[in-house]
Amino acid sequence: MKAAKGTVFKYGDNVDTDVIIPARYLAITDAKELSKHCMEDIDKDFVNKVKEGDVIVADRNFGCGSSREHAPLVIKTSGVSCVIAKSFARIFYRNSINIGLPIIECEEAAENINAGDVVSIDFDTGVITDETTGKSFQGQAFPPFMQKIIDSEGLINYINSKN
Amino acid sequence: MSGMTMSQKILAAHAGLDHVEAGQLIEADLDLVLGNDITSPVAINEMAKFTKSGVFDKDKIALVPDHFVPNKDIKSAENCKCVREFAIKNNITNYFEVGQMGIEHALLPEQGLTLPGNLIIGADSHTCTYGAVGAFSTGIGSTDMAAGMATGKAWFKVPSAIKFNIVGKPSKWVSGKDVILHIIGMIGVDGALYKSMEFVGEGIKNLTMDDRLTIANMAIEAGGKNGIFPVDDITIEYLKEHAPGKEYKVFEADTDAQYDEEYTIDLSTLKSTVAYPHLPENTKTFDEIEDIKIDQVVIGSCTNGRIGDLRAAAEVLKGRKVAPGVRCIVIPGTQNIYLQAMEEGLLRTFIEAGAIVSTPTCGPCLGGHMGVLASKERCVSTTNRNFVGRMGAIDSEIYLASPAVAAASAATGKLSQPSELGL
Repeated sequence: MKAAKGTVFKYGDNVDTDVIIPARYLAITDAKELSKHCMEDIDKDFVNKVKEGDVIVADRNFGCGSSREHAPLVIKTSGVSCVIAKSFARIFYRNSINIGLPIIECEEAAENINAGDVVSIDFDTGVITDETTGKSFQGQAFPPFMQKIIDSEGLINYINSKN
Repeated sequence: MSGMTMSQKILAAHAGLDHVEAGQLIEADLDLVLGNDITSPVAINEMAKFTKSGVFDKDKIALVPDHFVPNKDIKSAENCKCVREFAIKNNITNYFEVGQMGIEHALLPEQGLTLPGNLIIGADSHTCTYGAVGAFSTGIGSTDMAAGMATGKAWFKVPSAIKFNIVGKPSKWVSGKDVILHIIGMIGVDGALYKSMEFVGEGIKNLTMDDRLTIANMAIEAGGKNGIFPVDDITIEYLKEHAPGKEYKVFEADTDAQYDEEYTIDLSTLKSTVAYPHLPENTKTFDEIEDIKIDQVVIGSCTNGRIGDLRAAAEVLKGRKVAPGVRCIVIPGTQNIYLQAMEEGLLRTFIEAGAIVSTPTCGPCLGGHMGVLASKERCVSTTNRNFVGRMGAIDSEIYLASPAVAAASAATGKLSQPSELGL
């Protein structure tokens, strides 16, 4: 069973890839160096506060904008274990699965979880539990095909394992 | 079993299936895989992790260094070098070096590499542009690009669709940019999330190929997976010029195709439209616009760097001057467009007006180079995104508009439409 647990960073609607990782850093190819600028234009403190396992919770259309895979990559490299949102922009959704960053859609969770709460997520069932408030929410579990890609830690490993 | 949309038919054909339904996960064969200087190095790095080496088809990959090109700094130079070396090593047919390159989504249709019925993925969100010629094309990330280059395949969740029934004829200064900004203002930046946007109806005959490329280009700004137009006489004429002798298959939507929503867009009622900071859905028309003094104008990009766009801007700027205190930057989308603009005298018009003309590059659109904004500066731009910090300082502002509005604004020094100049 795959699961995640961590403290919540909370954001609003339409968090775009330009604020997740501004284009002025896109010539950087090293993921660790890039991740020093994660969320820089929306939350300057994020990189100083984020710990291994933390969770991002956001409203509608998270990750809209460019196709830069650098966006889910810097979030994953920062230590974030899961992103929960009311909805995701489709390229970001796809990129997250392809690089093995777990993401989950759940409108109710996004509405009820507060910044700073400790949240755990069970990826097999899609159940999200806010351990601070004791409330739990049913998120959308991945279709088996996508779960296999995430379990393989990304698309490349998945394709290699099929061959 | 319900009928299929244009997009669904193309996906079904490439998955070897007679029928697909919205929501179905499929694996499909690709006609073209695209990458640029930002996304390709990441993909090339991922390629090294495959147990199988090499590319699936050297003729079906396009590599276009365009974002930070000509190299803006040492890191950009290294990224371009990485792409160049990969292209040489794998004998990639469609690698476009500085001197041949253009902005990818202006370049590939011009070079006849995007055809009706094609299934195209590109590691750039504006890959949806090629729906203008009746292709299913969509943006993906670098890992999908790597998998596409190695295997010639990609996975897709079959999208449902929104139908836009286009009617009427637009007035003189209303262009494709106004049409798509109007639509995004109406449905929002996630109004078409995961969906196809299918543009049909008798009014499309009043939209040039350049208008259609602009409209399809910004489908992603409504969250769309792709934007697509049917193939008509205007498309066929375009293909005769840009893809002579190439074979293609035309897909039409079934008459009983299902759509999640349907809208009618009457082009005759549309006005010049501007998207205010910091989202493309924050649209206004000039009856709602007050004095907005500006510092910079950018005319170019994959959205509006084509010859029709430059003609419209030059028509406005002819015999006029860029207002004092305003920088006006014009960026033709490709070398051919550059040359054509030169031959038609458009470059002279821009330079005499006090604008500068740059070599093709994405440059300022994403705050890369060739026109980055300082704190509190305002730019009227024909590009596609006005997100926080997109073109530079996080407290700078971007107003998205058509080339005609951008040019009029350059002349007055404030957000303006051509009628304010007596046009």
